[in-house]
Amino acid sequence: MNHRFRVPARVLATLTLIVVLVSIPVAGQAPSTASRTNGTAAKPYTPSRTPDGQPDLQGFWTNSTYTPLERPKDVTKEYYTPEEAAAAIKLVAERENEQTEPGTTADVHYDFSQFGLDRSQSTFTQSLRTSLIVDPPEGRIPSMTAEGEKRVADRAAARKALGGQYDSVQNMPIGSRCIVMAGAGPPMMNAGYNANYQIVQAAGYVMILTEMIHDVRIIPLDGRPQPPPGVRQWTGVSRGRWEGQTLVVETTNFNGKNPFRGASENMRVTERFTRTAEDTILYKFTIDDPSTWAKPWSAEMPMARTQGPIFEFACHETNYGIANILAGARADEKRAAEAAAKTGSK
Amino acid sequence: MRNRLVTLTTVTVIAAAGVLLTTTAGTAQAPAYRAPRAADGKPNLNGIWQALNTANWDIEAHAAGPSVVRELGASAAVPAGLGVVEGGEIPYRPEALAKKKENYTNRLKLDPEIKCYLPGVPRSTYMPFPFQIIQSQQHIMMVHEFAGAVRTIYMENHVEAPADSWMGWSNGRWEGETLVVDTKGFNDLSWFDRAGNHHSEALHVIERFTARSPETLMYEVTIEDPKVFTRPWKMSMPLYRRVERNAQIMEFRCVEFVEDLIYGHLRKQPSK
Repeated sequence: MNHRFRVPARVLATLTLIVVLVSIPVAGQAPSTASRTNGTAAKPYTPSRTPDGQPDLQGFWTNSTYTPLERPKDVTKEYYTPEEAAAAIKLVAERENEQTEPGTTADVHYDFSQFGLDRSQSTFTQSLRTSLIVDPPEGRIPSMTAEGEKRVADRAAARKALGGQYDSVQNMPIGSRCIVMAGAGPPMMNAGYNANYQIVQAAGYVMILTEMIHDVRIIPLDGRPQPPPGVRQWTGVSRGRWEGQTLVVETTNFNGKNPFRGASENMRVTERFTRTAEDTILYKFTIDDPSTWAKPWSAEMPMARTQGPIFEFACHETNYGIANILAGARADEKRAAEAAAKTGSK
Repeated sequence: MRNRLVTLTTVTVIAAAGVLLTTTAGTAQAPAYRAPRAADGKPNLNGIWQALNTANWDIEAHAAGPSVVRELGASAAVPAGLGVVEGGEIPYRPEALAKKKENYTNRLKLDPEIKCYLPGVPRSTYMPFPFQIIQSQQHIMMVHEFAGAVRTIYMENHVEAPADSWMGWSNGRWEGETLVVDTKGFNDLSWFDRAGNHHSEALHVIERFTARSPETLMYEVTIEDPKVFTRPWKMSMPLYRRVERNAQIMEFRCVEFVEDLIYGHLRKQPSK
């Protein structure tokens, strides 16, 4: 299944490429080979319109991918050959399957391949890009400002002062606590599994449902202002507008409790959603946070049409994992204390 | 000339009244109001809505009462309400009524709302938080501020609930002015209110959303659950549009607020 899309000429004047969306049935066929052609002759795709006249982004989508945010250190080019891309996927897929080795600790947690959670068993997107980051051209997050580095160090020190990761629920990762996960964003990053979204549009609004933790973004399109700076949220506050065929969403007012790659709470995320084919949305984002990075940096990835429905992801309601992890840590401490007492009494 | 005009007017008025009477008699709930249309021609229910009653405290009629947490005093006391249950009382089976009373007694420990669990249906609709309807032809989304609860109403391709869930599986259809939502596939873990009114996994909820003015909807719910109730019963209430400028659904990620309550006993104790 090869699907051609064209990068809007206005954004990147010359670069066009083909993105291959690979959907592997459960039977596990080999992914079709990626290819790159000169697509300048291809007609730009014009999405159909919703009844109220918006370009139609509706449906079920996934941004599942094997492409890393940052270019691997040993890779120097922007695009793989199709063979190299296939090899890179194979390498990661094999690594993911390693944890299903019987008897390993990871195997007890999630048997990824058995339950179809690993990326290769459902629709995933693939491009020849070696990184999602397109700017700077090195494909890596630019180095931090001194202020940014200090903030990262201060945050690490503050975390350390709270004790070990398993000392209390507040010390555990925010995703494990079912508060918010990376897929919700913004920017909407690629979840390791269930990287699925549903987009519904009504007059004046675009709604994006993220499968993980049933996170919903409701993006108003009426040009309303951002709330005052005192109103801060985990996922910020988003405002959208249409620029031609592209939905542009600006988000600010983050609360800084789930910093994206070390950003400050004053980060501004600009996202661009463009339907580039019947079954593809090109998703681009730019991170602007001058106190952390001297210049904005940008990434892009395709979202592939996938099958619905999206099921309820009641994460917190059955978060037995977090209770068991904490209980396990307390049991370990008790055992260690008893062992120490025994040694001491000898 | 004048007489004739008067006669004509009188006739017109009588005729109009007759039509009105016939219509009213013909359908018990004749829509008194025709909602503006969405671009697809269906009644436009888009907007941010909220109940303005005390159903979340107790869907049955109740007097004001003290807070379940003494320290919160009047700030968390129960406001009185005349109830939203048609006919006044919920037709519980005897053993289910006993469970309701037990729930009420132990509500501080058992009410799923306290733990920030998904509120279920119809409770999500009348919690004291707004929800937004985002209406497309295929899917109508109901996005609730409380716990970020969300419902997808499937307007096409109706199927049976593929799995049990907190918010159920909703199939919707238009009946004239009314959005009818048929929801099944619930678990038995949500409550109807803070008073411990409950249901089983056999719960079947049929909701009817009808615009009654530009700023209000009528919300009618039929509850069926033969394991818990002796017969189907109904609730009804208006829902009000949040008309303030730039109204929006805000984050209420309450998990963070209940972690110490739920996991506090598993915190590492400082070594002595």
